[in-house]
Amino acid sequence: MIDTADMLRAFAPHRGNSIVIPGRGGRHWTQISDQPNRDLPVGDPAMGGHASFGLGVALSLPDERVILFDSEGDVLMNMGALPTIAEKAPKNFYHFMLDNECYATTGGQPVPNAKSIEYDVIARGSGYPATYAFDNLEDFASSIEEILGQPGPVFVALKVEPEVENTPIGARVRWQTRSRTQVIDDLKVELGVEGP
Amino acid sequence: MTQHAEGELSPEVVMAEMKKNGVTHVVWLPDSETNFLYLLMEADPDLDLIPVSREGQAFSTAAGLTVGGKKPVILIQNTGMMESGDSLRGWGLSLNIPVVMMVGYRGWTRHGVNTDTAATYTERFLNAFGIQYYLVENGEDAPRISVAFEEASRTRRPVAVLVGDEYHGFNR
Repeated sequence: MIDTADMLRAFAPHRGNSIVIPGRGGRHWTQISDQPNRDLPVGDPAMGGHASFGLGVALSLPDERVILFDSEGDVLMNMGALPTIAEKAPKNFYHFMLDNECYATTGGQPVPNAKSIEYDVIARGSGYPATYAFDNLEDFASSIEEILGQPGPVFVALKVEPEVENTPIGARVRWQTRSRTQVIDDLKVELGVEGP
Repeated sequence: MTQHAEGELSPEVVMAEMKKNGVTHVVWLPDSETNFLYLLMEADPDLDLIPVSREGQAFSTAAGLTVGGKKPVILIQNTGMMESGDSLRGWGLSLNIPVVMMVGYRGWTRHGVNTDTAATYTERFLNAFGIQYYLVENGEDAPRISVAFEEASRTRRPVAVLVGDEYHGFNR
């Protein structure tokens, strides 16, 4: 099992100018990122949508490398997004997935068949041309350059330690420093994007 | 060009509305009301079709596309729209995404006697979310599509076009 914050710290030096959608890793990434205006920490607008959101960002900005840190709960909820990503095949899209084997934000209940799913196999079967799976930080860290050095879409499954929350949602400390709409507006300004 | 009976909604007219409003991507899941557009869209080199397998994916995909300044339209059926409630809320409304969703109005009848609960709950669903909508049944109604695009852009919200022209189209 990998510590999510350690994994993101290992990734950070390889980020370059990538647009990063930190997904469920947002709490840590906002403390690590040195280019917040190229990040899209939109939190969890609606569970299961991050993969499709990342696809849309990648297709709309083909000259930018787009990196998503998805979760296994989100992927399970909309597994049908994987064939769409594979069909559209954005060469600039890198789909990392944090697999903590549970719904951590609701108390740590296991996802269906938590310990036996091979998400990299599912991604490969959906048509991703390159897939990886890691359960320790050392192997992941030594492979990041190779992962990001090939054309997307690439899928990377990462076994991470659960960070279970048991306090009521209303009592939790918000890690977001900007609203979701502000995050998007800041990126558009950063990239000089006009339009809707 | 395919011949269409007077009063029908032709795919060419709908395409013209989409082009006039600068649509770049069509995020869609086939349905019986809007399938007449498929071959036309596929043949258009300026349109990028993104097929989804569950309608909720359409809203998050569209949200991502607008981040990069693109102008998607969502093409789904009312059944799938209702399945997509949380995605519409989270990825559409809460992110202020100005997207038009063209929704096949399964079960719609002008006389109001419907036998399909998909139609029964369609407008109630949209009203519950505070989504403005426009009914398009034939070519004369087509300019309402532009009204929907203008309203989505001005209000930075999703706006619906309800397509009430089943099986009159291109693939028949």
